[in-house]
Amino acid sequence: MDALLHEYFPILIFLGIAVAISVIAVAASWIVASQHPDREKDSPYECGFEAFGDARGKFDVRFYLVSILFIIFDLEVAFLFPWAVSLGKIGLFGFWSMMLFLGVLTIGFIYEWRKGALEWE
Amino acid sequence: MASLFLELWQAYLWPLILIILKIVAIVVPLLVAVAYLTYAERKVIAAMQMRKGPNVVGPFGLLQPIADGFKLFLKETILPTASNKVVYLIAPMLTFFLALVAWAVIPFDEGIVLADINVGVLYLFAISSLGVYGIIMAGWASNSKYAFLGGLRSAAQMVSYEVSIGFVLISILLTVGSLNLSDVVMAQKKMWFILPHLPLFFIFLISGLAETNRSPFDLPEAEAELVAGYNVEYSAMPFALFFLGEYANMILMSAMTSILFLGGWLPPFNLAMLAWIPGPIWFALKIAFVLFIFLWVRATFPRYRYDQLMRLGWKVFLPFSLAWLVITAGVLQFTGLVPK
Amino acid sequence: MIIQGLVFYLFAALAIAGGVLVISAKNPVHSVLWLIVVFFNAAGLFLLQGAEFLAMVLVVVYVGAVAVLFLFVVMMLDINFVQLRQGFLHYLPSGALVGIVLLVELAVVLVGWAVSGEAPKSLAAPAPELAKMTNTEALGHILYTQYLYLFQASGVVLLIAMIGSILLTLRHRPGTRHQNISRQVDRHPKDTLEIRKVPSGGGI
Repeated sequence: MDALLHEYFPILIFLGIAVAISVIAVAASWIVASQHPDREKDSPYECGFEAFGDARGKFDVRFYLVSILFIIFDLEVAFLFPWAVSLGKIGLFGFWSMMLFLGVLTIGFIYEWRKGALEWE
Repeated sequence: MASLFLELWQAYLWPLILIILKIVAIVVPLLVAVAYLTYAERKVIAAMQMRKGPNVVGPFGLLQPIADGFKLFLKETILPTASNKVVYLIAPMLTFFLALVAWAVIPFDEGIVLADINVGVLYLFAISSLGVYGIIMAGWASNSKYAFLGGLRSAAQMVSYEVSIGFVLISILLTVGSLNLSDVVMAQKKMWFILPHLPLFFIFLISGLAETNRSPFDLPEAEAELVAGYNVEYSAMPFALFFLGEYANMILMSAMTSILFLGGWLPPFNLAMLAWIPGPIWFALKIAFVLFIFLWVRATFPRYRYDQLMRLGWKVFLPFSLAWLVITAGVLQFTGLVPK
Repeated sequence: MIIQGLVFYLFAALAIAGGVLVISAKNPVHSVLWLIVVFFNAAGLFLLQGAEFLAMVLVVVYVGAVAVLFLFVVMMLDINFVQLRQGFLHYLPSGALVGIVLLVELAVVLVGWAVSGEAPKSLAAPAPELAKMTNTEALGHILYTQYLYLFQASGVVLLIAMIGSILLTLRHRPGTRHQNISRQVDRHPKDTLEIRKVPSGGGI
């Protein structure tokens, strides 16, 4: 247990150092360079026009669908990790157990393919 | 009092200083490599297009990246009035931060690794799955239409290719039987995984291009339609951090490709003469080779269209890598080659 | 050991502070970002318990996938924030009710654990020592064989989620044109091109 945390301690330090580098870089540039903000300069870029309307709006529902499908496949991958590591120990039973799991999800995959959920219009 | 200090020094301070030195030994070469990757990119693409590339600042233009860095450092940091300022500033920092932190678990040679954790592969997978945040946050916080669209597109793109990267990783893990990156390299002593898993190598490389938003998948920053996409509003150091983060991610992807498929720090043949060259040099050469492929692809291929890109990810790579995973598992299981 | 304790309090304090900010932030996007902070600190706490696999999977699945979906949903909602805040008091009772139910459930589990005779038995067979195997392997050893039914049930749940999300969100817009790659590749020059001799001054 202690050995395990011992390995993670450098990562914690690294996290701190990485945060420090990124903050210092931006802050130092902010201090050193001259800042002359004005209204025109700080308005959103819209090819020279005055920006009209708010930039944030509704968008295609397909983006939601992609991210939901991604969650499902990501979970599938998460289930596969321990299996890949311990396949040698759990033998044939473990192998077929996972094949059944993947089979069920492949049915879902075929369904979404047939339904056209993977088409981007 | 003195003994207490000595104890404190030996137990806490000295190891801490050692760790910090190791981190510096990773970060500084990495940043230099990033700077010269931008130079190499311009030179390689210039050569492929029969141009000269940067050749004014310093001999052969070698000081160009430093000049670029100073220029960006001395520019004005623009904070758009319509933006959410804090999120707007955090986004580039996050991108850069993630690109640095991933290097904590990369093994440079046998035993030369900052944090030799049991779940190294998962750590890298986790870090790369966070990369999408810098882009979404930048796109949303800028409050500009181009940035918003670019951010959305790239989020959906990264997410799509993440899945096939996951399946590729699992196939490799099946052949290794461990999540530790040093074990992954050591398992390739007899044969690099590029030979048995050749199609996966290509899938991983192409997904890596999509994951780092490189050409031909650089849609989020398509100049023609989205005027640089999510980073259109950025200037000065925040912009530089995005830039550094993107290139550091490219190097990271190349390092991952080398570790997973090209035997990491191992020499190509088990000859005494080749073994004499130290491991980190082999590792660096392999990274440079994969990076060259990245640049070569950029100079060669036209940009993909968005629907084609999504199709490739979901309808080609995902089923193929899943099928390959099942075949790998089956072959290993029924030939009794599964690593115990 | 001291460091371990300090890190625990750091993660715990950040997690709680993040949780408070999730519900008190004015902008829903900020709420989701604070939620991500909470997930991270929860992952850190898992790590301190030695559960490295769970910590990484928490980051991969919750931060890398679920929170991205939340962010998508929240970013695109066309809502009036001021109006949303006005509803705060209105929803407070029902929100509090859900909170209380969750709290009672937690208490029941804890008390059940404390009085149950089974608990010491579970403690007697703890997770295998880390020196012998990593906890990824330890999970792999039992998840696919001993807990087969639960594992397969989770597969079915994922299938249902997939089908449900498609049924709810898939809309085909009429009049969109798709690229049919096999048809594109199938086209021969002789189907589409015709070479004619044009007499000079005659036109076609």
